[in-house]
Amino acid sequence: MNGILLLEQSLNGLQFGLMLFLMAAGLTLVFGIMDMINLAHGSLYMVGAYCIASVAAVTGSFWMGLAGGVFAAAVFGILLEVSILRRLYARDHLSQVLGTFAILLMCNETVRLIWGAQPVTLNPPEALSGPVALLPELMYPAYRLFIIGVGLLVALFLYVLITRTRIGMQVRAGAANREMAMAMGSHVQGLFTAVFGVGAALCAVAGGMLGPLLAVQVGMGENILILAFVVIVIGGIGSIRGAFLGALLVGFVDTAGRTLVPMVFDSLLSPEAASNTGPAVASILIYTLMATVLFFKPRGLFPTHG
Amino acid sequence: MKPFVRESQMHLFSKTCVALCLGAFGIVVSAQTDAAIKVGLLSTLSGPGAGLGVDIRDGFQLAVKLSGGKFGGKDVEVIVADDQASPDVGRQTADRLVKRDKVDFMTGIVFSNVMLAVGAPTFLSKTFYISANAGPSQLAGEQCNPYFFSASYQNDNMHEAVGKVVNDKSFKRVALIAPNYPAGKDAITGFKRFYKGEIASETYTALNQLDYGTELSKLRATKPDAVYIFLPGGLGINFIKQFVGAGLSKDMILFGPGFSADEDVIKAVGDPMLGMFNTSQWGHDMDNAANKKFVAEFEKAYGRLPTLYAAQGYDAARLIESAVRDTKGKLEDKALVQKALQTAKFDSVRGSFKFNTNHFPIQDYHLRVIIKDSKGRVTNRTLNTVFKGHADAYAASCKMPSL
Amino acid sequence: MAKSLALKSLDHDLKWRWSGLVLLTLMALPYLAHAAGEAFYIALATRILIFALAATSLNLILGFGGMVSFGHAAFLGVGAYTVAILSQMGVVDAWVAWPTAMVVAGLFAFLIGAVSLRTQGVYFIMITLAFAQMMYYLVVSFKAYGGDDGMSLPARSRIGFLDMSADTNFYYVTLVACIAVLILIARVLNARFGHVLQAIRENEVRMQSLGYAVFRYKLCAFVMSGALAGLAGALLANQSGFVSPALMQWSQSGMLMMMVILGGVGHLYGGVWGAIVFLLLEETLSHFTIHWQLGLGSLLLAVVLLAPNGLTSVFKHLRKEPSA
Repeated sequence: MNGILLLEQSLNGLQFGLMLFLMAAGLTLVFGIMDMINLAHGSLYMVGAYCIASVAAVTGSFWMGLAGGVFAAAVFGILLEVSILRRLYARDHLSQVLGTFAILLMCNETVRLIWGAQPVTLNPPEALSGPVALLPELMYPAYRLFIIGVGLLVALFLYVLITRTRIGMQVRAGAANREMAMAMGSHVQGLFTAVFGVGAALCAVAGGMLGPLLAVQVGMGENILILAFVVIVIGGIGSIRGAFLGALLVGFVDTAGRTLVPMVFDSLLSPEAASNTGPAVASILIYTLMATVLFFKPRGLFPTHG
Repeated sequence: MKPFVRESQMHLFSKTCVALCLGAFGIVVSAQTDAAIKVGLLSTLSGPGAGLGVDIRDGFQLAVKLSGGKFGGKDVEVIVADDQASPDVGRQTADRLVKRDKVDFMTGIVFSNVMLAVGAPTFLSKTFYISANAGPSQLAGEQCNPYFFSASYQNDNMHEAVGKVVNDKSFKRVALIAPNYPAGKDAITGFKRFYKGEIASETYTALNQLDYGTELSKLRATKPDAVYIFLPGGLGINFIKQFVGAGLSKDMILFGPGFSADEDVIKAVGDPMLGMFNTSQWGHDMDNAANKKFVAEFEKAYGRLPTLYAAQGYDAARLIESAVRDTKGKLEDKALVQKALQTAKFDSVRGSFKFNTNHFPIQDYHLRVIIKDSKGRVTNRTLNTVFKGHADAYAASCKMPSL
Repeated sequence: MAKSLALKSLDHDLKWRWSGLVLLTLMALPYLAHAAGEAFYIALATRILIFALAATSLNLILGFGGMVSFGHAAFLGVGAYTVAILSQMGVVDAWVAWPTAMVVAGLFAFLIGAVSLRTQGVYFIMITLAFAQMMYYLVVSFKAYGGDDGMSLPARSRIGFLDMSADTNFYYVTLVACIAVLILIARVLNARFGHVLQAIRENEVRMQSLGYAVFRYKLCAFVMSGALAGLAGALLANQSGFVSPALMQWSQSGMLMMMVILGGVGHLYGGVWGAIVFLLLEETLSHFTIHWQLGLGSLLLAVVLLAPNGLTSVFKHLRKEPSA
């Protein structure tokens, strides 16, 4: 195991963690403020990726695609909130789980209807499709660096938004104590819609960033959704700061698990056996991490009160 | 105001639902048609492997169309279903096709893990399976079955051919990457059978894995002179893009079987693939009448060059047609059908076609390279023959049971 | 309005008047199917019965106990794999394999429940989900038992002289199992244990202050539910002749929850109705279009949004505490 490998894997972990953060941020806000479990969050990610891919294919430009797709996804998210999700706020968690699960199924099929069952190609922009020499021995893909950059920028933007603006203040108040915030005069309905729209936009950005690396296909949101839930449970529901740290933690553990564990097993078992147990152990590690955090801090690392 | 429904109304609603379901169900049951010949085409039509299944389907249906929708004078109904690359879904769907739709032939599966799951119920129901792709070693050797015929190849073969090429080109250290499922293991086994140099690393990835960051860092660390990948369809597309994006294509030569370097991958990746060597039993530029017609008609019907999968789907259809024709449509006589299939009297797009005792083909394997053709397209050119009349390594351990 | 808001009784009646009719129809089903020449549907009916059993086991903790477990499919999978592994080792006697499946599933339920039931609300949902995912990945890593590709069973279990490879025989065995489980659950619910469980669902804090060992009751119900799911899993392994980790995915748990809510949460036959509606819908809709899940999703959404007053009182306890 050498330093280059470690550095490269750390960057990969950072990249993955930041994308998870984009997903988790929206999810934790919706959960913290509107007290709603939203299983359809992964669908927003998927719809975002598809919209970006389509606009990019039509205009021939990744950047246009990104802008157009994010906007379309935000609009879709707002429409969804206004028409259906709004009715679930006052309901219990089971109804929310089932209602949003139903939306998840419907989104999957509708996407399949519109775009077909085969995956859609989304290519990174030409300028970013080559490697960058970070160190003499380390040629890191430019695109992944770009993702890291975008992730950090968005995190900064959210930080400024939440801590330095009026809306951010209302969001924090709502997350801390909803009834009180309402009593104090927050325009709750509009705030909820805005939060949801921002969450949808963040998902779309994540979808657009990861689309060229993975595939834009039906059901792409489900795997990352589960991880996003793990992140917000670890970080504390309603806390952006918790989501950020939780996401980085999960991102690193996941990437480290996928690299280091097979390496350790490689020296002990046959390559086949190592490649079976490696990813499995890595995945189990994440859930064990969550269980451990919950054991010591039952409400997550940075619980808000709400 | 939220609409409130009384509990008694809720129960009425549930019961109405059940009644409607049963009614619709009744309609479905009574609406089963009775076409002369039914073929169940179960393939992967969604997910990263979708392109392969779609090609098999298109190749198969082209053959049916060119025969005027009839095999041996009888109407053909092709029932297409999606196995979603899942052995679970595949098995349930196969059950349905075989027991409810009572198909006469089954075909289409791309992935060998799905094939092994689907095999049991299909063979138990005495339905013939003509493989348009999957050729697991298990079905070539000890678990060979009289109802299974491979119109494609045996999994190891193409990899054996590349192994020989890499060995003959004197590469010293090769890294191997394949997905962790039966065909992936067959691939590595086949490659190692003919490559006698040093294996720098042997990595198995997940069948649904699309992000190869870890594997690429490992390659960078181990520094092989060649990399052999078996990553079909979307997996290969992602890997090659990321491989080039990480700058590794300058340091290591990439080899693959025909699957990882076929028209679908080329279309998605493009110029970075120029110069990549691969092996296959078929190339679209092969010079025989059946192939020329197939390629021309395929391009006309679908607007793209056919891949290996489409060619195999086409041949599977032609094989089934020959069986129907030679048994004069008497499909209930299983022994007769098996004999007709074994004889395989049809014009294959790959030239001559012959079955071994274990129902796998004995055929030639050629070297191909990716070049820019006269029309400026990035595509495969077939070079020399690596293996002539090559049989698989498992035929000896197959003691073919009776029907 | 007052009538529909009235508290439902804690006793649950088997309602022999019409359930007896349904039972007779089910018993006659194989003959009807053979007469129509569609023997395939016996296998479908068996599958529906198995999921009815699984959904009923979930209903025990979800509907009657108020525990929203998002990891129930794990117990189904554990039961299925136990039977498959035993079958591979040569143990095909149903009298050995099936109780073993129940015991193993019950054991896992005990371990998972002991940890999860210490949490409340959404954390309980998340942690049951997490444990189910852990089990899923664990099974994927067992390449000896097929891993991700799953494993075929060499043969179905045997009960004495009865050969269950015949679909009809297996159907009757499943039917008997279902009836037995339903009667058992009715008995349990109408007994003191069941009353306490349902009271806990209504108001846990009050039951705690009244001196009941709430945790033990919930854990007991959780284990029972897990064991019954294990039985359903054992039957499922026999029915399809194949097991794979896909059985344990969280989407499968979601499907089970869907069946329960479609059929009626907190109703004795809720799981049964839900399984019938769900699987029949899947079978019929998939014949017309591959986009059948769209119809299913819309139906589920409609059910959720139009929920009657009666059901909300069941869920009242699930609402989070007003202050931290």
